[in-house]
Amino acid sequence: MSDTPFVVVEGLHFSRGDTEIFRGVDMRIPRGRITAIMGPSGTGKTTLLKLIGGQLSPDAGRVTIDGEEVHRLSRKALFALRRRMGMLFQSGALFSDLSVFENVAFPLRVHTDLPDAMVRDLVLMKLEAVGLRGARELMPAELSGGMARRVALARAIALDPELILYDEPFVGQDPISMGVLVQLIKRLNQALGLTSIVVSHDIKETLTIADYVYVIADGQVMAHGTPESLDVDQDPRVSQFVHGEPDGPVPFHYPAVDYFKDILSAGGGR
Amino acid sequence: MIARVMRLGRRGCDLLEALGRAGIFVGQSAVGVPSREGWALWLRQMHFVGVLSLAIVLVSGLFIGMVLSLQGYTILVDFGAEQALGQMVALSLLRELAPVVAALLFAGRAGSALTAEIGLMKATEQLTSMEMIGVDPLRRVVAPRLWAGFVSLPLLTIGFSVVGIYGGYLVGVEWLGVFEGSYWGNMQASVAFIGDVGNGMVKSLVFAVVVTWIAVFQGYDLVPTSEGISRATTRTVVYSSLAVLGLDFVLTAVMFGGLS
Repeated sequence: MSDTPFVVVEGLHFSRGDTEIFRGVDMRIPRGRITAIMGPSGTGKTTLLKLIGGQLSPDAGRVTIDGEEVHRLSRKALFALRRRMGMLFQSGALFSDLSVFENVAFPLRVHTDLPDAMVRDLVLMKLEAVGLRGARELMPAELSGGMARRVALARAIALDPELILYDEPFVGQDPISMGVLVQLIKRLNQALGLTSIVVSHDIKETLTIADYVYVIADGQVMAHGTPESLDVDQDPRVSQFVHGEPDGPVPFHYPAVDYFKDILSAGGGR
Repeated sequence: MIARVMRLGRRGCDLLEALGRAGIFVGQSAVGVPSREGWALWLRQMHFVGVLSLAIVLVSGLFIGMVLSLQGYTILVDFGAEQALGQMVALSLLRELAPVVAALLFAGRAGSALTAEIGLMKATEQLTSMEMIGVDPLRRVVAPRLWAGFVSLPLLTIGFSVVGIYGGYLVGVEWLGVFEGSYWGNMQASVAFIGDVGNGMVKSLVFAVVVTWIAVFQGYDLVPTSEGISRATTRTVVYSSLAVLGLDFVLTAVMFGGLS
């Protein structure tokens, strides 16, 4: 982390309805590295990505990307900033009415005036990078989950973004496509000099590729550091998460009244 | 009591907020000069929204014209006034039935499909991913559909009227034996182009705006779950139908009721 961070999150507060999701999150995402944001399900990791991408506005605090404060930008400037970002959605979110080729070509067609031949070359290069050049004529409905995510990755890098956001890239993947994705994320980051943010709760895979890790829980950053330092962290909450222990400071049980009383309480209600 | 008043107030605020959202939504979508690609997207939606609704609208138009002619004949013939059949069929269709029935059919056939399509795009994060690519889904997804609806319903209404009048001719002249010259002649003499055809088209245009607006807004604003999509689709049809019938009364009162 020699130079200035690419993304800075400062004092972020966000609530949805009456539920407070973030209460004072601070992060500095280093340029050109893979930063992982981890935490148990339901801690608002995807929400954090949406806040960084400017799709949601925080109640307090700010998000700065390369010096530009995301939530202060006009709609037009925000869309211009988003051209420098790619995002890989959990579902892939491919456009279901366009073929694989057209999906990857979409950002190029709408943001550039490149001639068709060049668009074709670029699309084939991106598809080659994710190993799906041969699948260019297929429709999204014909792809497996892993393939759809790789196509979405090719689309996310079509405009050579500086920042790429991965939302749970490993969820629901078989071991082979999981391995493929892990390698792809690592390779793309090195080859293209991207800044990557990976949101995930797949500890093993994420820790193998991340340069720096933030663990969030209860709306705050619980711990941050390199994967090695987190592995030996003594904080019981961190160690429970990193080593995947079922019960600990993060309880296995959803809050409820006393089990014994609950069982013995008679009556017709639930 | 106070709680009830508060609930009522909150409902009112929610309603106003939804109306405001819908207003901003349609404003942001409908403005802007379409690009060359915008025209292509619009044409494609014209096909989905307009051309594919053609069959149901034309067949319904034919039957309504035929029924109208049959019913009209049985009454008019009692007064020896069956010569006025053409006039009756044409005026009923142009002023009232074509705009209203075409709009109702359009809401059921095209409106519900628009809601479901946009809703599914929202549920599968396609709209979000479009935003993240830096493309405004209001311009790219909503605007072509909105304009396709605005243009296609008035055209469908013209088709409805034409086929309906022909249906009336089939039953009245070909089957029941009304004199062909008086069917067309009385129609020509009594139908005013601006007053009847024009007002009918104004109605149809208003319905087109309202129905398409409701349909795309319901799709864009829904809760992205299977239940949310089903509810929004139902709401599209229910709200559109009520809006069309309610507005029809208001427009008729202003146009033909001597209130203007």
